Amino acid sequence: MTAMIELSDAQKSFVMHLQGGIELPVVRGVSFHVVSGECVVLSGPSGAGKSSILKMIFGNYRCGGGRIGIRHQGKVIDLAKAEPRQVLSVRRSTIGYVSQFLRAVPRVATIDVVAEPLIVNGTSRAEAREKAGALLRRLNIPERLWPLPPSTFSGGEQQRVNIARGFISDLPILLLDEPTASLDAANRAVVVELIEQKKRQGVAMVAIVHDDEIRQEIADRIVDVTSFAAAA
Amino acid sequence: MADQEKDDDQPLLMAEGLGKSYGRLIACRDVSFALYPGEVLAIVGESGSGKSTLLQLLSAQLAPSAGRVSYRMRDGVMRDLASLGEAERRFLFRTDWGYVHQDPAQGLRMAVSAGANVGERLMAVGWNHYGRIRDTASSWLERVEIDIARIDDAPRTYSGGMRQRLQIARNLVTGPLLVFMDEPTGGLDVSVQARLLDLMRNLVSELGLAAIVVTHDLAVARLLSHRVMVMKGGRVIETGLTDQVLDDPREPYTQLLVSSILPA
Repeated sequence: MTAMIELSDAQKSFVMHLQGGIELPVVRGVSFHVVSGECVVLSGPSGAGKSSILKMIFGNYRCGGGRIGIRHQGKVIDLAKAEPRQVLSVRRSTIGYVSQFLRAVPRVATIDVVAEPLIVNGTSRAEAREKAGALLRRLNIPERLWPLPPSTFSGGEQQRVNIARGFISDLPILLLDEPTASLDAANRAVVVELIEQKKRQGVAMVAIVHDDEIRQEIADRIVDVTSFAAAA
Repeated sequence: MADQEKDDDQPLLMAEGLGKSYGRLIACRDVSFALYPGEVLAIVGESGSGKSTLLQLLSAQLAPSAGRVSYRMRDGVMRDLASLGEAERRFLFRTDWGYVHQDPAQGLRMAVSAGANVGERLMAVGWNHYGRIRDTASSWLERVEIDIARIDDAPRTYSGGMRQRLQIARNLVTGPLLVFMDEPTGGLDVSVQARLLDLMRNLVSELGLAAIVVTHDLAVARLLSHRVMVMKGGRVIETGLTDQVLDDPREPYTQLLVSSILPA
């Protein structure tokens, strides 16, 4: 099966110029791949670089070396060397990302926050909103909250809005950073179901989850990030 | 659609080795980049970094001392802005381009009605049917969330946020392909800023506009732009995808800028 994501020898370090230019190594030699319909879970203690790896795959962090191959529109593109325009194109049609926290635009209604990724890709507003509503309902966000901006919601509600926004598109790759962290059992189960559904649709996923039970349920493979520790 | 995509692969505007000096003072030097259709570029940096000079060079309001700016005209040909005749330049300003000033009073006629402020741009491109002009003007006022009941009032009776929204309507009514914005949210209250940003963000994506936005506010850059250029001392010191530059800044000065934001 062809890999949707293939990292080879990727590395990341930060140079902190405001702290006298000290170099903070994060990870090196990161090599793993993910095929369609598979969920790879990154494991390791906090600070091991799990989120940094996810952010590199999304093009949010620069990659300091090595290669991040992404299958995009039938071709493999190396995200470590891609132009900003290419990264944006990859995000529009290939990679979705559910971040740990929702970064919402002030004033935008929840239903539109969720519908936006579809609208950007040319779905009509009405159809996008309908899908957004279905997902929000499934994630137990009451309909009376839909017209409100999510900034005033509780942490768990915001996270569910974020999940709905991340899951609404039919993108072939999905990155999940702690999608269940602040959810109750019922909603965690919904997220596990959503992930299963994406797998059946052939979506390649990389996830970070701290909850052992959830990890057991969703992981097809576990990649231990401590083996990429860059500390000298 | 295929044509559209092919079109989007060609830059709309290109800067090559662009610079401006005033005697020994160098306001901006060696700036090169390409802007594609539908792309929003933010130029950030503190006052005196050269970002406003750069915007004036890019929009042909200032002649460069070095390098050139070219723009893809409607016939698909890239033309050096310096080589354009006065009529062609005027055509660009009236139709293909918009320019949103920080101070709305510079971009509006403060003593004539809001409707006329918008309608004027249409008349300049040859519209002459009063009813259609008024209808189009009112639909634009609605789009920028100005109460139609205020259409006959002059913008000097408007609040700062309303004036800025009116200036945006005046600029967008002719369906430009590229909009220059100079600190579009500067001088507005934070709550007014949020509304304006949300409005601009929607308009830019609905209309598929390309935009070059000068701002010292990194939050504005994050919300509006795809790409960012960081300027310091007249040079572009860092450039890239907006969230990448802001979340993983490489240059010392960019790290300082990003770390200087006060948490809300």
